[in-house]
Amino acid sequence: MPVLAASNLRKLYGMTVAVEDVSFAIEAGETVGLLGPNGAGKTTTINMILGVLEPTAGSVTIEGLDVMRQRRAALQLTNFAAVYAPLPGNLTVVQNLMVFARVYGVRNRQARVSAVIDEFDLGRFRDVKCGVLSSGEQTRVSLAKAMLNEPRLLLLDEPTASLDPSTARDIRARIRLFTERGQGGVLWTSHNMLEVEQVCDRVLFLSHGRILLEGDPKSLPAQHGKATLEELFIAVAREPLSLGTSDGAPSPGTL
Amino acid sequence: MRWSRMLAVVERQLYLMRGSPARVVPLFGFVVIDIVLWGFITRYLDMVSPGINFLTSLLGAVVLWDFCVRVLHGVTMTFFEDVWSRNFLNIFASPLSVGEYLGGQVVSSMLTSAVGLVAMVLLATLVFGVPFGAYGAMVIPFLLVLFLFGIAMGIIGAACVLRWGPAAEWFVWPIPAVIAPFAGVFYPVATLPAWMQPIARAMPPAYVFEALRAIVLGRPFRGTSLLIGTALAVAYVAAAGWIFTRVHRHAVRTGLIARYSAETIT
Repeated sequence: MPVLAASNLRKLYGMTVAVEDVSFAIEAGETVGLLGPNGAGKTTTINMILGVLEPTAGSVTIEGLDVMRQRRAALQLTNFAAVYAPLPGNLTVVQNLMVFARVYGVRNRQARVSAVIDEFDLGRFRDVKCGVLSSGEQTRVSLAKAMLNEPRLLLLDEPTASLDPSTARDIRARIRLFTERGQGGVLWTSHNMLEVEQVCDRVLFLSHGRILLEGDPKSLPAQHGKATLEELFIAVAREPLSLGTSDGAPSPGTL
Repeated sequence: MRWSRMLAVVERQLYLMRGSPARVVPLFGFVVIDIVLWGFITRYLDMVSPGINFLTSLLGAVVLWDFCVRVLHGVTMTFFEDVWSRNFLNIFASPLSVGEYLGGQVVSSMLTSAVGLVAMVLLATLVFGVPFGAYGAMVIPFLLVLFLFGIAMGIIGAACVLRWGPAAEWFVWPIPAVIAPFAGVFYPVATLPAWMQPIARAMPPAYVFEALRAIVLGRPFRGTSLLIGTALAVAYVAAAGWIFTRVHRHAVRTGLIARYSAETIT
C-alpha cells in the first residue's frame, strides 16, 4: 500500500480550474518532487493532501485512510513544513515543539522534543522565541516540528528556500536519512532544480493544474530534448503545450 | 475526543501568559475597574434610596454579568491567538479535531474566567460588602448558565472571525453590549418594551438576573424558570458548536483556511 495515493484530484474555484485530474502515489522510502511554475497548483495539491482544502472531485488516502473521511487518523501519520506556515513567533522553540508534540499525540514528549532539537541543531535556541529567529532558523524549527511524530508522509513545501547552502545541504541529508530508514515517503516542492536532482527519486511537473510530465529527474530532461532539469522546468513554464500532457487532454483553465 | 489534544490548546495559552503582563492583567484588570465603578454607584443609590438593597441586587448582578463576559473573552482570546500568529494552517492541518480545538478553548476560558471571578468576588465582598451568601446554593446554577452562555457567544464570535476574516474581530467586542439590554442585568425584563421582552426571554442570562432579583427582594421565584434558562444555555452551546463546524467546513471547501489573510475566496 502506498503511503500517499492521490486519485483524480480536481479543484475548482468558481469557474477557475486550479487542479485537474491529478493522480500520483508515493511509496515508503521514496521522495517525490512536485514541480512547476508559480500558480501551477502545487500548494493547492498540498492543501488537499493536508485536509485543509476539500477537493471538488477525487480523493486522497494516506496509508489507506481517506483524508476527508478519516481526517484525524490520516493526519496523525502526516506532518509538514512550509515557508508560509511558520510556528507562532510568540512562543519559544521548546514551547512550540511541546505544544505540537501534544497535538500529534507524541509519546515521551520531553525526550522526543529534545531529540528533534538536537537533530536540527536548535539547542542554543531552545528558549528563544521563534519570532526573533532568522528565517533559516525558523525553517529548521518547522522541520523539527514536522519530524515530531515520525510521520509516514512528510510534506515539504520549499523547505530549503531560506537556508544558506551549508544548512540546506545538511537538511537535505537529514531528509534523505529519513527516507533511507524507510520511515515514510516525502513530497517535496522546490524551485531549486539541482536540489531536486539530488534529493528526489521521481518528479511530477505540474502546469496549469495538470501533471504534464513524470519521471526520474536524472533522465527526464534528456527524454524531452533538454540538457538539464532547469531547462525542462523553463520549458514547462513557458511552452507547456510543446511538451503536451501525458494523456493528450486539453490543459485546464477557466471553464 | 482526546483530552491530551485539548490540553495542547490550554498549554499554549499558559505558555503565552507566562511572563506576559499584557495577557495576565486583563484577566482581572477590567473587571476590577468595573466593580470599583459599580460599587460606588450602588453605594450612592443605597444612600439616596433607602429600603432597596442595590448592593446585593445591582452589584451582585454586575459581578455575574462580568463573569459571563470574561468567559466569552476567554474563548475568543484563545482563538485570536491563532489569528494573530497566523497559526491556522499548523492547527487545522493537524490531527486536532474541531471539537478538541473548541474544547481546549472552553477549558482555557474556564481557567481565565475563574481568575476574574475570584478577583471580583474578593473586591465586591471585602471592599463593598456584597453578601454573596444571600444567593445561597442558587449561585451554582447562576454561574453555570452564565458560563454556558458565555461559551456559546465566544464560539459564535470565533466562527464570525473564521468566516469573515481578522477584521471581523470588531463584531466580537460589542457582543456583551448588544446583549446586556435584553439580558436584564440592571433592570427587570418587565421594564423593557413589549417587542423586546420575547427577545429577553430567549436569553439565558435574563432568567439568572430575574431569579437573583427575586431572591434579594425576598419574592418567590419558580425554579423551573432557571431550568428553562439552563436548557436554553445548553441549546445555545450546541447551536454555537454547529455554527462553528459549518463555518470550518465552508472554510475547508473554499480554501479559506489556507488563504486566511485574503478574508474571502472569490
